[in-house]
Amino acid sequence: MRLDYPSNIKIIRVPCTGKVDVMHLLGAIQKGADGVYAVGCMEGACHYNEGNLRARERVMHVQKLLEEVGIEGDRVRMYNLSSGEGPTFAAYAKEMTEHIKKLGPNPLSRRKKTK
Amino acid sequence: MIVAKRKPFNEIKSLLKDYKKVLNVGCGTCVAVCLAGGEKEVAILNAELDMARKIEDNPVEMGAITVERQCDMEYLEVLDSMVNEYDALLSMACGAGIQFLAERYPGKPVLPAVDTTFIGVNQAVGWYEERCRSCSSCVLGLTGGICPVTMCAKGLYNGPCGGTNNGSCEIDKNQPCAWYMIYERLKGQNRLDCIMEITPPPEWQNQIPRTVIQPGYKKPEKA
Repeated sequence: MRLDYPSNIKIIRVPCTGKVDVMHLLGAIQKGADGVYAVGCMEGACHYNEGNLRARERVMHVQKLLEEVGIEGDRVRMYNLSSGEGPTFAAYAKEMTEHIKKLGPNPLSRRKKTK
Repeated sequence: MIVAKRKPFNEIKSLLKDYKKVLNVGCGTCVAVCLAGGEKEVAILNAELDMARKIEDNPVEMGAITVERQCDMEYLEVLDSMVNEYDALLSMACGAGIQFLAERYPGKPVLPAVDTTFIGVNQAVGWYEERCRSCSSCVLGLTGGICPVTMCAKGLYNGPCGGTNNGSCEIDKNQPCAWYMIYERLKGQNRLDCIMEITPPPEWQNQIPRTVIQPGYKKPEKA
């Protein structure tokens, strides 16, 4: 399809979004990522029945943890699509990039640079 | 197992506000199983504290270790060589573990990161329900395996109160009446005569910390 999506996105492949742990998401922000999002299969279509639903719960939990810490929870999001939807994948990548650009850099790395 | 839940983040943060280097000690037994204070929860809390303190321009160095059990002396030994490097210890164990840690290192502030909640069972991943109040005088043999101290809002030993309402407790219709459940269970087992046994009141008053020495384990007196 040769679709374009923003080059700032680094893809980490997992067998299922059910593999994505709270520490993976939290650790990415801790290490300075401006945003993280999990892209899972459509709800109700998980090959492992509930992997993407578990991921959604964890994403929501991390959003809460980040708010407690003083970082915008919305830097972490969950998207759903089916494996045949390349254009939707690219569209979500653009949407997430624009959303994070609006929020600005990760408060932790912003702090490092000003010093 | 002993079930605990993590304290609110702001409470933990405020307990640690004056310390620059803190060792977070997890416990690998009950609180790890109930997903409150094991190795993973130590990592999550440390990440949160690290980020929060960086944002406040007051960084904290968080150490992490999870011992098998904080309520067992032999597992605390490994900490002896580490604690001096830290200003304070944060414990994610139950109240017993936290106190045992504080007892071993009386010169160090030992701070709790979880609220110990109850002795309970695991109904599903992450879902726990209370079953025992460790009252020291178990009557489960007479009550069909349902504890009236824990499951009855009034902790009644000898039958329901006047508030029993078609199987529900008067405090909440979603809360089953313990004595109704006991009656149904005993009836199913043809053991309704058990319900007629009177259990005398327990010794609730003047409770001091209890000690148990199992038979055959008393320390030999010196000859």
